[in-house]
Amino acid sequence: MTKEPLLQVRDLKVHFKLGKRGMFGEPSVVHAVDGVSFDVAPGTTFGVVGESGSGKTTSALAVMRLVEATGGSVMLGDTDVLQLRGEALRMARRRMQIIFQDPYSSLNPRVRAGAIVREPLELLDVGSPAEWDERVAELFRLVGLRPEQRALFPHQFSGGQRQRIGIARALATNPEVIVCDEPVSALDVAIQAQILNLLRRLQTELGLTYLFISHDLGVVQHMCDEIAVMYLGQIVERADRISLFRQPLHPYTWALLSAVPSAAPSAKGRRSRVRLQGDPPSPIDLPPGCRFAGRCPFAEDRCRQSDPPLRAIRPGHLVACHLVSEDGRAPHMEAIEA
Amino acid sequence: MTAPLLSVRDLRVEFDTRDGIVPVIQNLSFDLRAGGTLGIVGESGCGKSMTALAVMGLVPGPMGRIAGGSIRLDGEDLVTAGEPRLRQVRGNEISMVFQEPMTSLNPVFTVGDQIGETVRVHQGLSRREAMNRAVEMLRAVGIPAPEKRVHEYPHQLSGGMRQRVMIAMALACRPRVLIADEPTTALDVTVQAQIFDLLQDLQAETGTAIILITHDMGAIAELAERVIVMYAGRKVEDGPVDEILGQPLHPYTKGLIRCVPHLEADPPAERRELMEIPGVVPGLSQLGGSGCPFAPRCSERRAECNAMPVEKAGAGDHSVACWAVPEATS
Repeated sequence: MTKEPLLQVRDLKVHFKLGKRGMFGEPSVVHAVDGVSFDVAPGTTFGVVGESGSGKTTSALAVMRLVEATGGSVMLGDTDVLQLRGEALRMARRRMQIIFQDPYSSLNPRVRAGAIVREPLELLDVGSPAEWDERVAELFRLVGLRPEQRALFPHQFSGGQRQRIGIARALATNPEVIVCDEPVSALDVAIQAQILNLLRRLQTELGLTYLFISHDLGVVQHMCDEIAVMYLGQIVERADRISLFRQPLHPYTWALLSAVPSAAPSAKGRRSRVRLQGDPPSPIDLPPGCRFAGRCPFAEDRCRQSDPPLRAIRPGHLVACHLVSEDGRAPHMEAIEA
Repeated sequence: MTAPLLSVRDLRVEFDTRDGIVPVIQNLSFDLRAGGTLGIVGESGCGKSMTALAVMGLVPGPMGRIAGGSIRLDGEDLVTAGEPRLRQVRGNEISMVFQEPMTSLNPVFTVGDQIGETVRVHQGLSRREAMNRAVEMLRAVGIPAPEKRVHEYPHQLSGGMRQRVMIAMALACRPRVLIADEPTTALDVTVQAQIFDLLQDLQAETGTAIILITHDMGAIAELAERVIVMYAGRKVEDGPVDEILGQPLHPYTKGLIRCVPHLEADPPAERRELMEIPGVVPGLSQLGGSGCPFAPRCSERRAECNAMPVEKAGAGDHSVACWAVPEATS
């Protein structure tokens, strides 16, 4: 990556305190996001994948300042978003916007579509009121809606069209960074392609930078230039899209990839498969050592004792696993060859 | 070939709406052999779940009804069978796993009570025997410490475990047909893989036939041997899974496969645009027209599409209902 990163996240932490257990108990803490760092170059898409509870959405919300971070920094250009207060934070919101997962619950049912898209312009004082109407019409055209649909209410749109309204709203302030939090997972399969193509087209036309959160590995592979795999609040592997999918190094990444059913008939039954047992453990009061050790088929004693650091195996390919050798041999590779 | 276990012929399901009677399923025919797995795919609103409800005799009345056709289980027509007979069949010979395990389990009964209820009703087991069967079923679906779990309530279980409980419940009476309606959509991918393995293992053991309803072509490839593709309440394509996925004939099937970014082990550096199916599925009021229902969204639309396409046989036992597909393609 030669370009200066637009977004630099360093050691981001989000901890939630729970109530005390019993009268004299220690309060327990949910380590939802626990030391996450990554860079996003301008005009690229950075993907965060993981299962529910991995902290991917919380990370995105913390970057957006929609959830208060416990520690770390989020540099947007030269500004640390986490340090901003009051008016400065409000103005910084022009530069970063979010598209939510559920287009049904993220649009106010009592407000017309045009007013929904105009709201960020009003709230963040973008341009003059005289320009707003024309800007909203332009945004509608940009996302593939007709300007005359501004007068309709959200329930008069289909799921895909609603997500287009959500995208238009996010684009209203001409942001540099857009956080896409599972933007297609609530949509019907045939509609997902429409939205994914639209997002990629907008990126090319407007030079947008995306932070793309998804649990769907196929979608992430298609959309993202660089990808971080999260497990229980931490990044376990980070790489560009080609390296990550060609040569996953972390056993969890490998397990995740092999769990995706393939629709290609030729691949049926030929894939090396690994089945993880059980569910991810709860992020409350984590055991010492690697967080994946409990489900990892290769775990050794040292995995349960010390936390593996995230280290670079090749330039741009980082992994947090004791068992990956310096020259990039991962434990599952031997299992596949055997 | 032996007689199929479940045979649906010319099924028609109608609903009363404000705009009159609407056919939500038309001319639907399919067979399911004992021990086989049939996949039903399509977008939401294509009649997949309604097909499942019709087979279960659970079409919501009084506004909905089965208006024609037959559903034969081992030769016995369930459409003409009375409610008392259907009660014997449901949960016993044909059972169903629903999509959302949280809302389909009763939060105020233990999972043991809920699994046990089926066997007590259908097989007349005592409370104690039913509880033992529940423990046995929980063990069969791979829940650790079943003796303890059997006394727990649904909220104490994770999503994957709840879905296992649903499967345990559905299989408690060793049904001959299991209908799984999007059984893994609410689950994480690693847990989904566990559930798929579980379904396959149980099927191999018990010989239960499975109808898998899904919109995920990957799930179909993993589990099904035959697939029917539905659109607007009609079957548009039907064939063995490898043929449907490898050589889809209907433009809708092609679209469904190509519009999804499939995970590749060796992704190309260049990314193409995804194929889009424009528009949306027709609403209830648009059903029952005389032309091909897919025509408004179809890229291969032609003049004939104003008339309803007839089902054509393709190579082998692959059939398709589309004017654009030439007769007897091979």
